[in-house]
Amino acid sequence: MLGEIALWSFVVLLLTGTFLTLWFRPSMAEVVYMGSYDQFRGLHMSEAYASSLDISFDVRGGLLMRQMHHWSAMLFIAAMMVHMMRVYFTGAFRKPRELNWVIGALLLLLGTLEGFTGYSLPDDLLSGTGVRAADGFLKSQPVVGTYMSFFLFGGEFPGDSIIPRLYTVHVLLIPGVLLALIAAHMLLLVYHKHTQWPGPGRTEQNVVGYPLLPVYAAKAGGFFFIVFGVTAAMGALLAINPVWKYGPYDPSKVTAGSQPDWYMGWPDGALRIMPGWESNLGPFTLSWNVLLPIIVLPVLMFTIVLLLPFIEAWITGDKRDHHLLQRPRNAPTRTAIFVALMTFYGLMWAAGGNDILATQLHLSINQITYFMRAAVFVGPVIAFFITRRWCISLQRSDNEKLLHGYETGIIMRSTEGGYAERHLPISESRAFALTSRDPDEPYSSDRGTDDNGVVARGSRIARVRAGLSSKWYENDVAAPTRAELEEGHHHAEHEHELQAGLDHPADGHQFDGHHTVEEGPLRDDH
Amino acid sequence: MRFLNRSAGRLSRHRRGPLAGLLVLMLGLLLTGGLYTAFSPVQASDSASNEELVAEGRELFLTNCAFCHGQSGEGVRTIDGNQLGPSLIGVGAAAVDFQVNTGRMPLMQPGQQAPRKAPTFSEEETAAMAAYVASLGPGPAVPDPSDYSLEGMSDEERQEAIVRGGQIFLTNCTACHNFTGGGGAMPRGGYAPAILGVDPKYVYEAMLTGPQSMPNFSNGNLTPDAKRDVIAYLESIEENPDYGGFGMGGLGPVSEGLFAWVVGIGGLVGFCVWIAAHTTRSTKDKVTA
Amino acid sequence: MTTREGDDNLPEKAPVPDPGLPDHTWRPTDVDEAAERRAERQIATLFGLSALCAVLFVVSYVTLDIGEVTTTFGGLGASNLALGLSLAGSLLFLGIGIIHWARKLMADHEIVEMRHPARSSDEDRTETVAALNLGIHESGIGRRPLVRNSLLGALGLLALPVPVVLLRDLGPLPGDSLEKTIWAEGMRVVRDVTGTPIRPAELQVGDLVNAEPAALFETDDEGEPLIEGVQLQVEKSKGAVIVVRIEPEEITPGEGREDWGVDGILCYSKICTHVGCPISLYERTTHHVLCPCHQSTFDLADAARVVFGPAARPLPQLALAVDSEGYLVAQADFDEPVGPSYWERDSRCASTPARWRRATPPPRPRRRSRVPPVPLPPGPTTGWAWPRRARSSCARSSPTTGRSCSVRSRCGASSSCCSPAPS
Repeated sequence: MLGEIALWSFVVLLLTGTFLTLWFRPSMAEVVYMGSYDQFRGLHMSEAYASSLDISFDVRGGLLMRQMHHWSAMLFIAAMMVHMMRVYFTGAFRKPRELNWVIGALLLLLGTLEGFTGYSLPDDLLSGTGVRAADGFLKSQPVVGTYMSFFLFGGEFPGDSIIPRLYTVHVLLIPGVLLALIAAHMLLLVYHKHTQWPGPGRTEQNVVGYPLLPVYAAKAGGFFFIVFGVTAAMGALLAINPVWKYGPYDPSKVTAGSQPDWYMGWPDGALRIMPGWESNLGPFTLSWNVLLPIIVLPVLMFTIVLLLPFIEAWITGDKRDHHLLQRPRNAPTRTAIFVALMTFYGLMWAAGGNDILATQLHLSINQITYFMRAAVFVGPVIAFFITRRWCISLQRSDNEKLLHGYETGIIMRSTEGGYAERHLPISESRAFALTSRDPDEPYSSDRGTDDNGVVARGSRIARVRAGLSSKWYENDVAAPTRAELEEGHHHAEHEHELQAGLDHPADGHQFDGHHTVEEGPLRDDH
Repeated sequence: MRFLNRSAGRLSRHRRGPLAGLLVLMLGLLLTGGLYTAFSPVQASDSASNEELVAEGRELFLTNCAFCHGQSGEGVRTIDGNQLGPSLIGVGAAAVDFQVNTGRMPLMQPGQQAPRKAPTFSEEETAAMAAYVASLGPGPAVPDPSDYSLEGMSDEERQEAIVRGGQIFLTNCTACHNFTGGGGAMPRGGYAPAILGVDPKYVYEAMLTGPQSMPNFSNGNLTPDAKRDVIAYLESIEENPDYGGFGMGGLGPVSEGLFAWVVGIGGLVGFCVWIAAHTTRSTKDKVTA
Repeated sequence: MTTREGDDNLPEKAPVPDPGLPDHTWRPTDVDEAAERRAERQIATLFGLSALCAVLFVVSYVTLDIGEVTTTFGGLGASNLALGLSLAGSLLFLGIGIIHWARKLMADHEIVEMRHPARSSDEDRTETVAALNLGIHESGIGRRPLVRNSLLGALGLLALPVPVVLLRDLGPLPGDSLEKTIWAEGMRVVRDVTGTPIRPAELQVGDLVNAEPAALFETDDEGEPLIEGVQLQVEKSKGAVIVVRIEPEEITPGEGREDWGVDGILCYSKICTHVGCPISLYERTTHHVLCPCHQSTFDLADAARVVFGPAARPLPQLALAVDSEGYLVAQADFDEPVGPSYWERDSRCASTPARWRRATPPPRPRRRSRVPPVPLPPGPTTGWAWPRRARSSCARSSPTTGRSCSVRSRCGASSSCCSPAPS
């Protein structure tokens, strides 16, 4: 469903975007504005900006379409992120779906670039400042930086080519690749069939659900209209990117609170908290302060995200197909890793808005920056450990339920005066769902030295792998075995029987399935 | 006779009760006072002479401002050379009018910024202090509304003034105060306050006197006409309707992203929960027709 | 090697046996005629509302004005509001209606489909591999290295240089355009937007002027601007400056820059040295200027060295003088490239202009230097003080690298780089 939000947002983007292309002029030629926005009447500005003003003020429905386009772009990327988080936390990226994960990561990256090129098209002050920063990023590249900058902009910044070129990328190149990748993503989904939660009747070999026609088609189709409708409501009520307030781009003007759109916020945050390091190698300058946060870090993060399924498969040595989802608590290390990555992302994101944080929360931007410099390293580590322990506690609580039943809220007082709460066993379908988990089997290698004392090749790596694997599953709480469950039930029953001193089932155990219900009331009569 | 019957006497006996005289006296006083207030000529304090105003201002200054700004407004420095209160010699009446009428001064506690708050002094008291400070040294005077009004201009000139003002605003002001005048962050906890909805007089004075950390935009930097144009632009964008809907604070992409996540994704996830939820079940069985 | 293959969900291992799919239970709309009719009516109503909203959309489109005279509603633009809400209503009612239909009335049975392994069968694999191998073998590419290598060479040349070369005319080569701006000796410094030149006396201490080179405002005989459009933007992106007036006692001029200001009036490039955003967030009391993009902070009274933030180099300074009519002019172009750093940006001594060079390395400045306070007229002072925030950077820029000295860098230490000027 979360992926559907992304899918339908993409359709909304195509529809609203096509509308906009009918009026937008992707040209940086200078024109004199004579439209109906009085505050700029007579000003010189680029055609791109003038046509954006025309769409906003002189085309009925134009402002609505512009706003819907921008809102659905934000929803598209947000939905992809939420979908990615869901897929990761439930283990749906495992074999055979690794390729689908890779496609999804590429979709996220392309969506982000598409958004950046898109909001830069109106050539307003805010997005132009972003383009200026992008030029700075390009220039900082070693060896080829200035060439890349001059080739992209058709000369010195700002030149007259960047908007038309971004337009081509935004309207043709990236949407083409996006469409192809989305088609591949959907195709793989149909081929592999959707994953499902464990539950009664659901196994690794089957898939249980409503038929595609009519129910799922109706739900998905209806959801398309809902996504479209919510976007329209946001476009009606919430003003986004009011380009007329920013004014046309001018390299000597800037506004306070200059941020990129939210999905570019985290590299911006990295850029803000980076100390000002620069090296001079003879006649050359290497700008670490720009290279590291805006080139190295995003590439690194993207690569990590791309490789997550393969890293996990390598560590766990798990080569089986998985079609049943895992609850996040049942994979504590995986969940903790992603929460750590999310913490890193979130702190960088917050750092990107440090001036807004400062004004809204009455803080000092300097202090926020210093805090973030430390927090982005310390925070993820703390988050990792807390999440891991939390998952393990939740696993223990699940096992408690399995072994001792759920708490009924009925408190009984024994003859000695002590209080105890009655527990009832959970239903069989719930018990099945909770125990329908693969047992954890850490990778262990039987490579080593052979009889002649020759160390096998690759055994160092295999040992590292085995070590990581055992750390991966460390402290995980396995589901109880059948024997343990039986023992737990008997034990519980036995305890109650002892306490009650009766020969009929103890209170609360009438419906265990071991006795008929006529044998006793649910509650004692006194 | 009617007048002398018992009910009339009873009535007039009440009228001549012990409190009657007192009540008549009170009524008389109220009437006299009210009529006097309504019809007497206005005895305004602005009819006082300038010396009286300066003297009154000095009194107020000594009791409220001298602690930080010095007995003669010369400023106070601490032993380490830091400044407690800056010198007010030459800041002019405009600075006092701005600082005191917007409540920034007197400062409630020392800190990075003097926040705007409810003014402590009345307009007359502020005028008196302004006159006193103006007497300390020549400085900018409180602007006249005609300095920043567009009256007397043709529609075309007015239009041009607004457009020019917009460009001046975007060049000089938005870097600190943001594109809607919503304010922005400055180092070490300072901030450029919001200028939306601020009285044009204070905008003019702030530009002229450069309060706190704000740079000056003296008349040699931005001419009075330029200031007028900026104020005209600000007023025009305040008058504009919110074309696209609610502005979400006018803070740019940060608040837009917040709303996209909370309202957009939140709402849609809510719909997802509804769509995927189990529908109501019945215990009845279907009757096969 | 204990990698596990194949199916693992063996019944004997599962602690709780699979209870199987739960029995189907009916919905009220399946068993109760009245409930079914009610659901139908609800769905039809929703679709009806959707249609109504669509009609409202058309009505709003036709009746509500935008442009010169904009209809408003509650302070909001009425056209956008009405069009948007009616469109939203039309879509949402439709969507909710369809989903309500699916949930209440459409057939409710869950079905079970068996999965197939994603992995192709062994048969398919061997067949495919065999076919592939046969094809490769029959092509002979393995046995004919001459053919293969010449193919690779041809493909390589076609795939790489040809498309790359086609893109060469995307733009000109940088040349030295990044090192020069339009500023020249004698060019007046004029106020941005209005284009009026500046006299020193017009500026008070604490003034900040956003300024441009006068060439950007020059017009020809017909009053048409000489520089406009893209050319204007390009020159602005390098030539924009800020002019500030600071108390002369508070200024510590850069090395060799003692005559670059006029009575405490200093001029710096407006373009941040981090990634190029224009800066003019000037804090008058500290004479720090802050960039809004990534919060780089520069001290304008101290040769614009970096005091905070990700910028690595101080802002370039423009040397000022006064021309014969009393207006502020530039002495020359900037002595270093303006704006963000780039690979070829050379900051070694040999290519650094004469102004930056010194005959002997400067003495290492004290780590904690402070600008001396302005002398006070006699008057009362208090007996207590605010806690002093110590500055922890050198007050100078390194003459060897041109960059600001942080606590960690050593000013003037790399004297081997500094050689006496050959001229």
